[in-house]
Amino acid sequence: MNFLHALNDGMVIAKRNLIKIKRVPDILVFVLLSPIMFVLLFAYVFGSAIQIPGGSYREFLMAGIFAQTVVFGATFTGAGLADDMQKGIIDRFRSLPMSRAAVVLGRTASDVIYNVLTLTIMALTGLLVGWRIRGSVVDAVTGFALLLLFAYSISWMMALVGLIVPSVEVLNNASFMVIFPITFIANTFVPSENLPTVLRVFAEWNPVSSLAHATRTLFGNIPPGTPAPDVWPLRNPVIYSVIWAGIIIAVFAPLAVRRYTKAARKS
Amino acid sequence: MHNIIEATGLVKRYGDVVALDGLDLSVREGSIVALLGPNGAGKTTAVSILTTLIEPDEGAATVAGVDVLKNPAEVRKLIGLSGQYAAVDEHLTGFENLDMIGRLYRLGRKRSITRARELLERFDLNDAADRPVKTYSGGMRRRLDLAGALVAESPVLFLDEPTTGLDLPSRQELWRIIRDLVGRGATLLLTTQYLEEADRLADDVLVIDNGKAIAQGTTDELKDLVGGERIEVKVTEPDFLPAACRVLGRVAVGELQDDERPRVIVAPVSGGAPILARVLADLQNEGIEVSDVVLRRPTLDDVFLVLTGNATRPGEDRDPAVPARGKS
Repeated sequence: MNFLHALNDGMVIAKRNLIKIKRVPDILVFVLLSPIMFVLLFAYVFGSAIQIPGGSYREFLMAGIFAQTVVFGATFTGAGLADDMQKGIIDRFRSLPMSRAAVVLGRTASDVIYNVLTLTIMALTGLLVGWRIRGSVVDAVTGFALLLLFAYSISWMMALVGLIVPSVEVLNNASFMVIFPITFIANTFVPSENLPTVLRVFAEWNPVSSLAHATRTLFGNIPPGTPAPDVWPLRNPVIYSVIWAGIIIAVFAPLAVRRYTKAARKS
Repeated sequence: MHNIIEATGLVKRYGDVVALDGLDLSVREGSIVALLGPNGAGKTTAVSILTTLIEPDEGAATVAGVDVLKNPAEVRKLIGLSGQYAAVDEHLTGFENLDMIGRLYRLGRKRSITRARELLERFDLNDAADRPVKTYSGGMRRRLDLAGALVAESPVLFLDEPTTGLDLPSRQELWRIIRDLVGRGATLLLTTQYLEEADRLADDVLVIDNGKAIAQGTTDELKDLVGGERIEVKVTEPDFLPAACRVLGRVAVGELQDDERPRVIVAPVSGGAPILARVLADLQNEGIEVSDVVLRRPTLDDVFLVLTGNATRPGEDRDPAVPARGKS
């Protein structure tokens, strides 16, 4: 019963968030333009300098950009909640007999829709610059689903941060400090084998690497003849990414809901 | 007589700041009670505790017999809240805002829609119903926020500074609405910085300062306590002050107050214009030169002067056009 209430209230909140996207098209424009920019920048700037043995950098790159963008996109979840806190509408929600999980549940859910849009635009841009899906349809769908699942888990992490920080600006700065390292010290944009030892070990166990590697494999973008990686996370990238997503949700969902319950307006 | 809101010994601290310092409060079922006090008196903190938004450090409270601390979820089913900062979603339309609140009260799809339309009509927001709230004036936002508190026809309503920051016409419009629509059958607790607002709306007034109740009574009782009107005289030279004090002393019904502003004396009086005429004549007879003479209704400052012996704390924002942000 409680679960159904949470789901129902969460949907009401998600609908509200989606209306906002419709009403403020600027948000959508930037959300859609930045992945296009990323694809073009990396494809043409890095693409002209980085060689991938036996394959094309643009093919290698796309999975990395997908992974990086969805992780970055999770800041949107935190920003939305920080904004609601600042504007006082959270107080109204907290005075209503609605589920305590609904606001965060609705926010993370509406951000999945957001990520679907982003991924679609990026994929189309990728196709334009020469990226191709070379695996099966099932594998490709699995790849996108994995990206969405992982992004969903990071959303919960950012939800907690969004409910703690005093303003949207602080949220953006704070999250960049974390998201830049975890998305760059990985095999997202360059193969990780040649990194210095400490960074290489971090990159190999970094779930963003396994996410990029998993999607890269599922999209058939690994050049034939590439030696198989010898660390467990990269040999089992799908499972490893799913485990991480599960752990992140299990830890951060209760923390975010708890924080929401206790949150007082910041002034 | 049944008390539908009952609070005893509420204490809330934010670090070193004591927002509430043992507040007691009781509200009879069906009455309209105003919490009157300056910024920082603890009004919003009190409302936040009673509406389950924050927990007190000490003390207990019940709303309709339900314990606010032990059973907050049950309390939320019984209350409607309209907050200080007009917490409506500015990207949604007026209709969408109320419809959303209806669904979150779990009124169901059909009932939420009907109720939203009904309230928009009653709050004179029909023409703006399908426009984003962003385009609303301050007064329209407040009306919508107020409508939000009424969606579920909750038996207990809390309005936190419903008119702060509005211009006079919007404020009067809101007063009319609160009197006509809100007060019907429901119990209403509102907070305000304006004595006039408490006067217009409330059956009972609880004056709070520094987190404590310092007086409670009907508006008439409170006004008697403060005295009906004030004559304010500003003399041209400080030398005229003693003589002017003597003149005002003859008509004052309470203590004169002459240390607030330079060259200004304030005297509580009752009797209105004839008294003013007498004071003017006396001032002239005694050769006292004045630059300003005013007959006015008591303000919150006057209430505070009488009740605490102190002027309200200096540096406080009393300008109704600029809602000060902060916990109060």
